[in-house]
Amino acid sequence: MPIFRLQKPFSKRRSGMNKKKLFVGLAIMLFVMTAVYFFDSGSRAGGSTALPESVSYNFHIRPILSDKCFNCHGPDGSHRQAGLRLDLADSAYAPLKETKGAFALVPGKPELSELFRRISSKDTSYVMPTPESHLGTLTDYQIALFKKWIKQGAKYETHWAFTAPKKKSIPLVDDKSWPKNEIDYFVLNKMEEMGLRHNEQADKERLLKRVSMDITGLPPTIAMMDSFMADPSDRALERMVDQLLKMPQYGEKMAVHWMDVARYADSYGYQDDNVRTQWPWRDWVIHAFNNNMPYNKFLTWQIAGDMLPNASKEQVLATAFLRNHKYTEEGGVIPEEYRVQYAIDKTKTFSKGILGVTMECAQCHDHKYDPFSQKDYYSLLAFFNNTKELGYEGSVEVSKPAKNPILTITHSERRKLLTFINEQDTAAMTVSVMGELDTLRKTFLLNRGEYNQPGEAVKPTAIKAVMKFDPAKYTPDRVGLAKWTVDKSNPLTARVFVNLMWQEFFGRGLVKTSGDFGMQGELPSHPELLDWLAVDFMEHGWDMKRLVKKIALSATYQQSAKITKEHLKRDPENVYLSRRSRIRLKAEFVRDLYLSSSGMLVKKIGGPSVKPYQPKGLWEAATSGRGALATYKQDHGDDLYRRGLYTFIKLTVPPPGMAMFDASNRDQCETSRLKTNTPLQALIMMNDPGVMECSRVLAQNLLTERSTVPEKIAKAFKRIICRKITAKESQILESYYREQFELFQQNKLNAKLTLKQGEFPLNNKVDLKQSAALMKVISTIYNMEEAIMKS
Amino acid sequence: MEKGILEHGLNVNRRRFLYSMGMGLGGVALGSLITPDLFNNPEKQEALLSNLPHFAPKAKRIIYLFQNGAPSQLDLFDYKPLLETMHGQDLPESIRNGQRLTGMTAEQKKFPLAGSYFKFNQYGESRAWISELLPHTAKVVDDLCFIKTMHTEAINHDPALTFFQTGAQVGNRPSMGSWLSYGLGSENANLPAFCVLLSKGKGNGQGVYSKLWSNGFLDSIHQGVQFSSGENPVLYLNNPNGIDKVDRRKMLDNVAALNNETYGEFGDPEINAKIQQYELAYRMQTAVPDITDMSKEPEDTIKLYGSDCLTPGTYAANCLLARKLSENGVRFVQLYHQGWDAHDSLPNQIKGQCMDVDQSSAALITDLKQRGLLDETLVIWGGEFGRTNYCQGVLTKESYGRDHHPRSFTIWMAGGGVKPGVYGETDEFGYNITKDPVHVNDFHATVLNLMGLNHEQLNFKHLGRRYRLTDVAGKVLDGLIA
Repeated sequence: MPIFRLQKPFSKRRSGMNKKKLFVGLAIMLFVMTAVYFFDSGSRAGGSTALPESVSYNFHIRPILSDKCFNCHGPDGSHRQAGLRLDLADSAYAPLKETKGAFALVPGKPELSELFRRISSKDTSYVMPTPESHLGTLTDYQIALFKKWIKQGAKYETHWAFTAPKKKSIPLVDDKSWPKNEIDYFVLNKMEEMGLRHNEQADKERLLKRVSMDITGLPPTIAMMDSFMADPSDRALERMVDQLLKMPQYGEKMAVHWMDVARYADSYGYQDDNVRTQWPWRDWVIHAFNNNMPYNKFLTWQIAGDMLPNASKEQVLATAFLRNHKYTEEGGVIPEEYRVQYAIDKTKTFSKGILGVTMECAQCHDHKYDPFSQKDYYSLLAFFNNTKELGYEGSVEVSKPAKNPILTITHSERRKLLTFINEQDTAAMTVSVMGELDTLRKTFLLNRGEYNQPGEAVKPTAIKAVMKFDPAKYTPDRVGLAKWTVDKSNPLTARVFVNLMWQEFFGRGLVKTSGDFGMQGELPSHPELLDWLAVDFMEHGWDMKRLVKKIALSATYQQSAKITKEHLKRDPENVYLSRRSRIRLKAEFVRDLYLSSSGMLVKKIGGPSVKPYQPKGLWEAATSGRGALATYKQDHGDDLYRRGLYTFIKLTVPPPGMAMFDASNRDQCETSRLKTNTPLQALIMMNDPGVMECSRVLAQNLLTERSTVPEKIAKAFKRIICRKITAKESQILESYYREQFELFQQNKLNAKLTLKQGEFPLNNKVDLKQSAALMKVISTIYNMEEAIMKS
Repeated sequence: MEKGILEHGLNVNRRRFLYSMGMGLGGVALGSLITPDLFNNPEKQEALLSNLPHFAPKAKRIIYLFQNGAPSQLDLFDYKPLLETMHGQDLPESIRNGQRLTGMTAEQKKFPLAGSYFKFNQYGESRAWISELLPHTAKVVDDLCFIKTMHTEAINHDPALTFFQTGAQVGNRPSMGSWLSYGLGSENANLPAFCVLLSKGKGNGQGVYSKLWSNGFLDSIHQGVQFSSGENPVLYLNNPNGIDKVDRRKMLDNVAALNNETYGEFGDPEINAKIQQYELAYRMQTAVPDITDMSKEPEDTIKLYGSDCLTPGTYAANCLLARKLSENGVRFVQLYHQGWDAHDSLPNQIKGQCMDVDQSSAALITDLKQRGLLDETLVIWGGEFGRTNYCQGVLTKESYGRDHHPRSFTIWMAGGGVKPGVYGETDEFGYNITKDPVHVNDFHATVLNLMGLNHEQLNFKHLGRRYRLTDVAGKVLDGLIA
């Protein structure tokens, strides 16, 4: 690899760009010019390519350094070229080791700075990044940024996310009539700076569906719609938000995201993939959200509940959070290899899900971008390395529903203490939880991340670059780690959570990379707002419901989702929140929508996961044939109509409908999901027996009511789309109904066959031909784009 | 078809561009999966297209016949007479040389060498050794490139399989087929770019799991679409009871009319994308059953693959289906055939497995060749690791078991720019590699190269890191390329 060496023999390199490269180069430039125009999240005014007044290391320079330079000139010692580090000021200002008399950076003097000379060079043997790195050279704009930054003194700053957030004063705005709460001042201030205009407030129907889906994951009922529409007061929405927050479905909605973070599943994963019972932990999560357990306590219990003084069973149960990862039951594994793997998984879940930093890189070597050394990594892992957990407890033949350490919960404990666990069975149940060894297991740095290559011994310490792990304040165990995590000075915990909640409500975090607040992560679009929310959250006792309410009552949240050409041109991804983004429901809530709107939803909270309809043969095709989950034994009755979060997750063959709607496969901790739009999703909505059954039942129920066909269609529409049908829509659906009814009347279509959908009994008392025609109309409504959108 | 490639290439590039700008897929890019409406300036489009593939591809499509459970190279390809002479004697420690063992044989006191029960012969120009278990394979030997020196890092099925398919033993990485879908797209607008077919042999089986064809952090359009032998060849493909194609068309027209109303109100390009996704779904409803229908196959084709190919869900049927999908422009067809994990009674088990796969694997090569498709289709045959030269369990002349062996094993490739012949050498014990090792990462790098992709450039930035199929290693092995 070429490095910061001045003289390089020309003969060995291609001189000049070849045609293809030039082409690509041009293309990239074109892109960047367009892109800069659209979505730069820095402080430049919208549309202009002018350089910022003052160039910031954190916001302008570091992202480029991290992306283009740190690979060879960053924190990773083993890959460092020419002994040069550009992530530290001292190193960057120091004389270059391999070039006498030269400096990478000479503050104030770009022309004397080797870095600037290299990035702006046209000479392929001299330019940085090197062509071999495939990282691409810098754009003219980026080069100009560096020039100005060096001129202004090449000042370094600490990484924004690793310094504690501070509440800055609420910014001033021109349009004082718009803001409803603090959030709006920050958002509007940015919009005004960018020359963007906010949208008007959304209509009440759209707003109600949005807030109901966002808080409970269910569409509003007709009664809720009617009472909300009839309430003209300014406080109507606030009252509705309060009502929604009190519903037990709030906890279910919130649990879905936390289950992604906690990689919750109902099977062990790996080859044979047998059944396990971690669902009492899931019931606890729902319970904790519904009781509005403060987030600091919520975390403390899950990280160290078992080690708290006089730990209650509930506190121990919370630690199942750390045990939800996969377990191998494959014959012939080497136990230590997997025990280490499990500790690595716990470390990942903690660092990514709670701290919002990705540390995996440091498993094998010092992190390339973030100031996390390999030693830091294993020092963090050490907290999770002292449990009684085994790497292997035998093959699938001897599989049990929980693995050591195990929490046993008796029937009477469920009745008296842990009443939130929904299980009618009287047998004692077991859950995999945390439990410390009596003696301390030594943790070693593992060379290249290999379990059998121990290096130096390390002691439990949290990541110092984030916040010092002061031994006077924190004990060197998980209790200490939990305290460190929820310490108000921890720069990440509150920011990361507030951002995740923002992501839940706006479809995108203020930091878009919600699992990576590190150097390679995206910069916050509204840093002051993020910090304000984080501090405010901590100041108010880590109160989650309060945070949710604040977001929902902001004018920002309540904007209409209408998209203008101007929006698409200026801010297609809606970074600056001058409208509400239209967001497709998450996989679980797609299911909830059709169950709930059809009246089929069984609103039981918690309990063992259920197995609704699934295409035949899926589990059977992929199984080894061993274990309790070799064949899919579909449930019947009420269990067919439970909310999406209760659908049984077999890790090796996750529920296919969920996967197609971008549900996490729960293999590892995830903090965000993709939001795709594919033909397979269309096939599900058209052909899934679940959707068809709901269409049928709703049709038949409407036919028992005394109303006209247009009224029935309007009511179905209202239940599903959550608004009044328009005349045009009504006309389309009515004529479809008449046409279909005619065909059934003439026996050109077979009503009985068409109505054979799902296991719910057919109501033979209502006209079957009308039922079939109305069912097809309702299935059409379910396939409307708006049905599964929050707009 | 050309237009399809062009458009997809464009979309892919657009997506890459959006990602590289840190914009992600969110709203805009997905809306344009089908219609190239985001950049309607032809000059820009040309510039975009010049990027992929990175260079002229030798192969356009891949069919990967994965032999799940790890076939024994020592009983199929890697002929070692020494094992017969030393039958029953212990594997010298100098040869094992610290190799870690699985929990199944780690406790064994002795490691008695087991010569193959089967006879070997040399075939074709390369004089490659092939055992009597694979007579059909022997007939197409001149088209095959045997890599005798594959090696991997994992010694258990799950991580080894995951490694072969995703380039990493753990983690939620995209599968090989997803990478190719992402890099090159589909040649057929009515079929997914990445299709998965499963079958089971009679031997000791190890499960497969959908993670193996997962899109990981790539857009879910790149997920492998599993075909099944049941009534629905693709999940949720069939219309429900009582609803036929005409009904479906009517309903789609109504849905489109309703969605257009919503578009009028919101102006969201996602709504148009949704309408188009419904249309694609509708076209798939015709295209997929057309392809899976074997009834129109001529008799000589049936004869070539063997009559099993008329039984849906068999390996033979999947081989024939793979040819049809590939012929219709599916970029990557992934087969898995379970049942190769013979820890005991290997001779017996492997006979059954070979009966299942020999004829149809060879038939696929012949069929592709006859259709003039072999040159542009890369066929890969192999498992996740090899098997030990020493016996697990009871050893007799007729029966023995073999444990997992990661240090050397054989796979073969054919067509698509591969150089036929024998690549690499193992020692006389068939335990260690003596010449030209091929690591899984090298294999991936070489396969991508054949497809016209630079494995270091085909990457995707996710959570702050650029990921690629070859992770941080891999080199293209020129010796494998024609």
